[in-house]
Amino acid sequence: MKNPIENLNKIFDSRIRMGVMSILIVNEEVSFNDLKQMLDVTDGNLASHMVNLEENGYIKVHKGFIGRKTNTTYSITRAGEKAFKDHIEALENMIKGMK
Amino acid sequence: MDSQHPPLETLQDIKRIMERSSRFISLSGWSGISAGICALVGAWVAHDRITGYLHTRRGGSFYRGEVSTLSPNTQSLFQDLIVIAAITFITAFVSAFLFTWIRSKRNGTPMWDRTVQRLFWNTVLPMTVGGLVIIRAMQLGYFEFVAPGCLIFYGLALVNASKYTLGEVRYLGYGQLILGIINMWVSGGGLYFWAVGFGVLHIIYGALMWWKYERKS
Repeated sequence: MKNPIENLNKIFDSRIRMGVMSILIVNEEVSFNDLKQMLDVTDGNLASHMVNLEENGYIKVHKGFIGRKTNTTYSITRAGEKAFKDHIEALENMIKGMK
Repeated sequence: MDSQHPPLETLQDIKRIMERSSRFISLSGWSGISAGICALVGAWVAHDRITGYLHTRRGGSFYRGEVSTLSPNTQSLFQDLIVIAAITFITAFVSAFLFTWIRSKRNGTPMWDRTVQRLFWNTVLPMTVGGLVIIRAMQLGYFEFVAPGCLIFYGLALVNASKYTLGEVRYLGYGQLILGIINMWVSGGGLYFWAVGFGVLHIIYGALMWWKYERKS
């Protein structure tokens, strides 16, 4: 029998990374500040998770300016979308398996 | 430690975060109720004014022809009705805004973030287009299209808006659309259809939403 947990994506174990992906999958482009506010986390904490997701190729970073302030926004990549959907499917299969 | 979360809870979290980040969910039921009451009061005042006008006229057709060709008496009626409509719209909008503002403060959600901006734009666009169509219809003398026009364009605005706020708004939109479409074939009953759509439906919707989401808090 297949181990149901093997399909889970380790990267989304973190609740913050899971939250970021949940937001980016339904919103085209979201700024760092909006993410921070929606997930209620600190700058440093969120930044390290964003770097992790970017290194895995799941999100794209867009650096821009509003006046003189930097405005960093993020969007999900194809690979990110697929990985997150697979993760959700794996979770659903675990629930079905438990019944 | 994070991997200890059971899958069902994780899925529920994902769904909750998706909804919170893409929809404005602080829309208060009281907003619907107060807008409905404003609409009923406005319709009642307008009804009074029209009844008064009809008493000063005997016979003849009521609505027809370009505005410039109407008698001074009729023109003053239309001016009054437009003022009543504008005051009704402003009071309904302000009161609806107020209750939602209070609720969003209480929830700790921002009142002007991306979800609100999207909701606002997607509601205002169909309503503005509808407003222009109705103004033009009035200029051409098609007054019987005012009430159905309001109901239909508002209904479309609500169906469109429902993607960006509480999903139930869609059913309020369907209600307005049905009333508006029926009203196109029932001439003379415009004000009653208008009062049912903007007054009664809003109050029912607001009460149901309050019961569903706000009763406990």
